[in-house]
Amino acid sequence: MAMTTTADHARADPHHIGVVIEHPGPAPKRIVTAYGFWVFLLSDIVMFSCFFAAYAVLVGQTAGGPKGAEIFDQRSVAIETVCLLLSSFTCGMASIAADVRNRFWFYLGMTVTCVLGLIFLVLEFREFADLIARGYGPSRSAFLTAFFSLVGCHGLHVSAGVLWLLTMMAQVFAKGFRADVLRRMMCFALFWHALDIIWVGVFSVVYLLGGAP
Amino acid sequence: MLGKLDWSAIPLDQPIPLVAGAVVLVAILGVLTWVVVKGHLPYLWSEWITSVDHKRIGVMYILLASVMLLRGGSDAIMMRIQQAVAYQSQGYLPPEHYNQIFSAHGTIMIFFVAMPFVIGLMNLVVPLQLGVRDVAFPTLNSVGFWLTATGALLVNVSLVVGEFARTGWLAFPPLSGLVYSPGVGVDYYAWSLQISGVGTLVAGINLVTTVLKLRTKGMNYLRMPMFCWTTLASNLLIVAAFPILTATLAMLLLDRYLGFHFFTNEAGGNVMMFMNLIWAWGHPEVYILVLPAFGIFSEVVSTFSGKALFGYRSMVLATMAICVVSFMVWLHHFFTMGAGPDVNAIFGIASMIIAIPTGVKIYNWLFTMYGGRIRFATPMLWSVGFMVTFIIGGLTGVLVAVPPADFMLHNSMFLVAHFHNVIIGGVLFGAFAGLEYWFPKAFGFRLDERWGKAAFWFTFIGFYVTFMPLYIAGMLGMTRRLQHYDVAAWRPWMIVAAVGVAVLTIGVICQIVQLVVSIRNREALRDRTGDPWDGRSLEWATSSPPPVFNFAFNPDVRGEDAYWEMKVHARQQSLAHEQPEYQDIEMPRNSPTGFVCAFFATIMGFALIWHIWWMVILGGLGAFATFVVFAWRDHDEYVIPAEEVARIDRSNIEERRNLVSMAGAV
Repeated sequence: MAMTTTADHARADPHHIGVVIEHPGPAPKRIVTAYGFWVFLLSDIVMFSCFFAAYAVLVGQTAGGPKGAEIFDQRSVAIETVCLLLSSFTCGMASIAADVRNRFWFYLGMTVTCVLGLIFLVLEFREFADLIARGYGPSRSAFLTAFFSLVGCHGLHVSAGVLWLLTMMAQVFAKGFRADVLRRMMCFALFWHALDIIWVGVFSVVYLLGGAP
Repeated sequence: MLGKLDWSAIPLDQPIPLVAGAVVLVAILGVLTWVVVKGHLPYLWSEWITSVDHKRIGVMYILLASVMLLRGGSDAIMMRIQQAVAYQSQGYLPPEHYNQIFSAHGTIMIFFVAMPFVIGLMNLVVPLQLGVRDVAFPTLNSVGFWLTATGALLVNVSLVVGEFARTGWLAFPPLSGLVYSPGVGVDYYAWSLQISGVGTLVAGINLVTTVLKLRTKGMNYLRMPMFCWTTLASNLLIVAAFPILTATLAMLLLDRYLGFHFFTNEAGGNVMMFMNLIWAWGHPEVYILVLPAFGIFSEVVSTFSGKALFGYRSMVLATMAICVVSFMVWLHHFFTMGAGPDVNAIFGIASMIIAIPTGVKIYNWLFTMYGGRIRFATPMLWSVGFMVTFIIGGLTGVLVAVPPADFMLHNSMFLVAHFHNVIIGGVLFGAFAGLEYWFPKAFGFRLDERWGKAAFWFTFIGFYVTFMPLYIAGMLGMTRRLQHYDVAAWRPWMIVAAVGVAVLTIGVICQIVQLVVSIRNREALRDRTGDPWDGRSLEWATSSPPPVFNFAFNPDVRGEDAYWEMKVHARQQSLAHEQPEYQDIEMPRNSPTGFVCAFFATIMGFALIWHIWWMVILGGLGAFATFVVFAWRDHDEYVIPAEEVARIDRSNIEERRNLVSMAGAV
């Protein structure tokens, strides 16, 4: 029997580094859920990368229409950025509150996150409405097509995030900090932070690089 | 009120789709009536439609793929007959109908046959091979399946209501743009792929997480069966590639619906961007399909040679190498774009490099067979047939990977022959091998060997008779997708190909007969031990069909070929007789979420295609409501008591002891 054990261990240590790592078995649910959601986020980022690529290809194709520098309102974009980055912080506060099961701070954190997200959406909506009113809608040129799609896709994600956020608050209200609710809260936080990372990309590529004269 | 939908959408002047649609409708209604009258509906609902059991979902995937194979196959038969008769004449299919048929054939065969077939097999087998009770996200798994089914349904609806795309299976703009395709065909195409694409992505995330996070104790990465490795690689590709398809089709739809300019000829749109994006998904897609097939062949060859897989580690390495390099070759689909010799050369070389890991695999299978005691059961026949066929397909692939050669062969029948050679010879043969191999595991009885062998030989020969002539026609300059032609030299080869498709059809019929015969003889073909092929991996360590919880105890794995080692040890120790301590098992509860989601997705997809906006909103609200209701459930698991587990497990252990003691006597 001792012989077999040694043989088994030899196989578990193929490179003879003296460390035998036996896989301990299926991971707990919390890990599995978060891991799966990470994989989803990666796929979502791949999707965004296509819109980034399209923007990079089409940014010069203004078809006689305006260039980025002529239409971007850097002040409004700066406020949007601040809102979104702050909301990541408050979302983090809400996550901590959920972990320590503190309802007051959870609701407060989520509410502030929601408000900041809504301010972001309103500003973005105003930017879009203003451009369309001036005749610079997505049909004007390939550049504007790519701009509206990339920024709009992020905006749609934020909208979905706000919807999810409200559902999350309702869930905690109705069910309390149950294990499955906490797992969902973790996924929501990951989602919200990922949108921030994408916004950093949007801000840099679209508004900074694309806004250069 | 109903958007663009009115009575002109029904093709009353075209007998072929109308009759076909009527036949399908009658068949569906017939089956439904039979189900309701016989009182099977509650069983169907509670045991299958709402099931979140990975084995059931896998079976439903394969069933969907098989039905759609018949649909796509009918398209193929129609095309081959058309090209056989349409020499200096119009044949029997008008151009606009012929164009829909080849578009539907490609779309269906890739998205609704090959994809669900391999995803079904992965779903069915991988958790069993990993020694676990279910996939990572059982309910999402069901959602994924039903969304795939929605896509398939929408494609079939286009047969009778409206039209399908006439653009080829990848709908290249500007042809697929609003200017040249004003009808609903492209919208049917795009929305059904968007919806089923979400399903595929969900399946991919699920299986990646399952392989990486849910393995039984001791199942280190380098002890996983080869099929688990190829599943991992294939699903990593799904996660990385399918979002590209989603984004690309979204752009096409924005062009069509809202007047955007991604791929238009006006306002600075860029058509070649579509080619790049779609093939950045499309080439990995090829490997998404064929890698699981490679895994199946690895399992089958090893089992039926009675040997461990030769060069297991090199096989793992080759699989992961293909997984990575498959993302670096997309441009070889359009060498003729004019990217210049340097770019073409790099992509040509990258494409040839992929042949190296594939070659490694072929040699590994050959050396696994070498010196083995080979049993030529049906799965093994498919595997050997694959090796021969796939080498030819691979060689012609390397040929078209050479840019100058590709300039001559681009979009010719040679290309058509090449990709059918690898997809039929690789993916379909693999799917059939997997079906024959794992059928007893799923249903508890083997498939009839005689009819299985007949099916193999007819399909194998039929394949060569159909597709070798297409290589020659391609060399003679015949381009693909011709509705009619005037070149006499092509005619004989088209006639031979039509004969070949008849032989292939006999092969398909043999397979249907095999199923019927096997079901009738199921008592004689019963697999009592759960290990009908003398298998090597953990799926054979449980009964056939496995209990809902798969394993009474999570197996403890000590090496590669986990079950083989267990058997060897059991023989040495004459199988331990101690009574194990059974424990309660928690399993996920069934859920109609997937079905309800798909119901709303169908409504939404149909409404989007026909511009019925109120219905779109209704479908969207329904889907969100389903999501919230699902999130609100309080009990998502149920407990199987220990006594029940013990009762189920003991009967199987008894059979297994008998088997081992018999084998020990030999």
